[in-house]
Amino acid sequence: MPTRSPARARRPKLAVWKFASCDGCQLSVLNLEEELLPLAGEIEIANFLEASSAVIKGPYDLSLVEGSVTTPDDARRVQQVRQQSRRLVAIGACANFGGIQALRDLMDVAALQRTVYAHPEYLATLSRSTPISAHVTVDLELTGCPVDRGQLVEVLTAFIQDRPVRLPQHSVCVECKRRGTVCVTVAPGTPCLGPVTRAGCGAICPAYHRGCYGCFGPVDGANTAAVADRARELGMPGRDVARLFRLFNTAAPAFAKEAAHHDA
Amino acid sequence: MSADRLEVLAADDFDVLVRALAEGGREVLGPVLRDGVIAIGPVESAADLPQGWTDEQERGTYRVQPRADAAWFGYAVGPQSWKSVLFPARALLWSGAKGGVGEHGVEVSAPDRSAAARPRALLGVRSCDLAAIGIQDRVLLGRPAVDADYAARRADVIVVAVTCGFPAGTCFCASMGTGPAPRTGYDLALTELLDGEHRFLVAAGSPRGAALLAALPTRVAEDADRVAGEQLVASSVARMGRWLDVGPVPAALRGALEHPRWDDVAARCLSCGSCTLVCPTCFCTAVEETTDLVGASAARTRVWDSCFTPGFSYIHGGAVRQTTRSRYRQWLTHKMSTWVDQFGTPGCVGCGRCITWCPVGIDLTEEVGALVGAHVDEPQRQDR
Ligand code: SF4
Ligand code: SF4
Repeated sequence: MPTRSPARARRPKLAVWKFASCDGCQLSVLNLEEELLPLAGEIEIANFLEASSAVIKGPYDLSLVEGSVTTPDDARRVQQVRQQSRRLVAIGACANFGGIQALRDLMDVAALQRTVYAHPEYLATLSRSTPISAHVTVDLELTGCPVDRGQLVEVLTAFIQDRPVRLPQHSVCVECKRRGTVCVTVAPGTPCLGPVTRAGCGAICPAYHRGCYGCFGPVDGANTAAVADRARELGMPGRDVARLFRLFNTAAPAFAKEAAHHDA
Repeated sequence: MSADRLEVLAADDFDVLVRALAEGGREVLGPVLRDGVIAIGPVESAADLPQGWTDEQERGTYRVQPRADAAWFGYAVGPQSWKSVLFPARALLWSGAKGGVGEHGVEVSAPDRSAAARPRALLGVRSCDLAAIGIQDRVLLGRPAVDADYAARRADVIVVAVTCGFPAGTCFCASMGTGPAPRTGYDLALTELLDGEHRFLVAAGSPRGAALLAALPTRVAEDADRVAGEQLVASSVARMGRWLDVGPVPAALRGALEHPRWDDVAARCLSCGSCTLVCPTCFCTAVEETTDLVGASAARTRVWDSCFTPGFSYIHGGAVRQTTRSRYRQWLTHKMSTWVDQFGTPGCVGCGRCITWCPVGIDLTEEVGALVGAHVDEPQRQDR
């Protein structure tokens, strides 16, 4: 096993934080398996409650932040996380766009509380689910629901080696074509968010004959209107087109705006 | 197809040809029905071909359909071109490891190209794709910097072409002068005849093809066979779904750089890059560099890229082409105009894939028509 470079005086400290989320992205970190051992040689996993209850105090060189901000408490806590972190990477759909829980943004949250909870008076919740970047400076956005293992390794590797991170800026279509997946929109005629969604997952869903669900969030300059028009041409009712854009990244501005055009 | 030395192979003897191609462990690749499309896959016998199937193609739409007859090659081109075999999406360029004896203590290794260089036979190559292979040969082998992976893949390839009898709605090879009958670039050329006895006209286009043909149980073609072949080509031309009068296009596009149509198409285009990736001539790639976690090893990989991606024109400070308008214009003017200046032919062979496989059905023949039919005669600007 190769050892870490002797040039570094001490191992940088890594922290992994959780806000409102399903823990799926943190599990992606745990799932690194074969990379975890060499990773532990390069970086000190100082604060990662999902993995260990032993916590080493900050400040931290690198923080991975999962989850969105949905409570007043978390709005305060995210400031503390930022203060203790030299670099902060928001990981996943929740941390970067508010997650699927941002569907609450479209509803009356007080009414939801009364419907779901016997004693809503014990709850302190915000009316919107907001991304980490709405509260503090985010150094890097690693999107995905959950994040992709390969991309996670790239982010950690780039940090350890102090080089720029390489994450694709192109659409899922490029990934489908590279792996030889037949376009689901052209061949069976399935509406798909691939053309407006950032690559990263390796185009999993089209490989299983499903349209892309947009897990990795919109590409820059996403022509969502053209994708929506095509979905309607393929027979999808407007209400379903709105739903297509209102999934894991419902509050991503490009998706939210497009969905609003298709509300019945 | 050359008129001389035309032979006839009975469909019942087709597998003799497939076995001859496979001799010595050669990989035989041809059309196969997979995932609802006619794709490229291993062919061990005629039974692997999409017998009795055809395709219906229109802008943004592709469907396979059963045919009324049992034709084996009764369809046009599928989503993948032979680029997927000869110039695949990923190719390792080199890898390196620390602790070696090389410069900076890094040992650099050239990739093992033995799998890439495996002898192959490409069965059922359409004339548009023959022309596309010719273009890629020129681009990747015919210039001072030869693409080593392409050269390895191209080194031992037998090309068995087939006349396109049933072009799709998106085909326009006849107007591009690239089809529908194979003219050059093949070892063997087949024409499937369905009238009467199911049979194939076979012509050799190279010494290697002639040697293959000599070993097949064929008979000399009679006039009736030749006429049937000519009729198929004529009816194929008549069925061609699209037509592009390409002659004036290269010059006319140069004068249309500020045409309002670029804004119009940009409003519809997704900038997804699908058109370039399915195109059999598009050759643009990016270089991906990876390291392991501890920095002990690194690799450099060539991957398909596209002039539609934001990263493609990225230089210090940002992307040169930021808008879809500028990207679509770059693509179309390169295909149809500046490619001629660069390589002597258009970069388009009329296969229609970019029309069929565009998720929103943008049709380059229609765009060219709109741009050139009424082009704005403005002085050229260095607009990016
Ligand atoms: S530009 Fe379109 S029609 Fe022309 S060769 Fe490429 S994919 Fe085929
Ligand atoms: S023309 Fe079609 S396939 Fe090409 S980038 Fe635009 S939307 Fe994608």
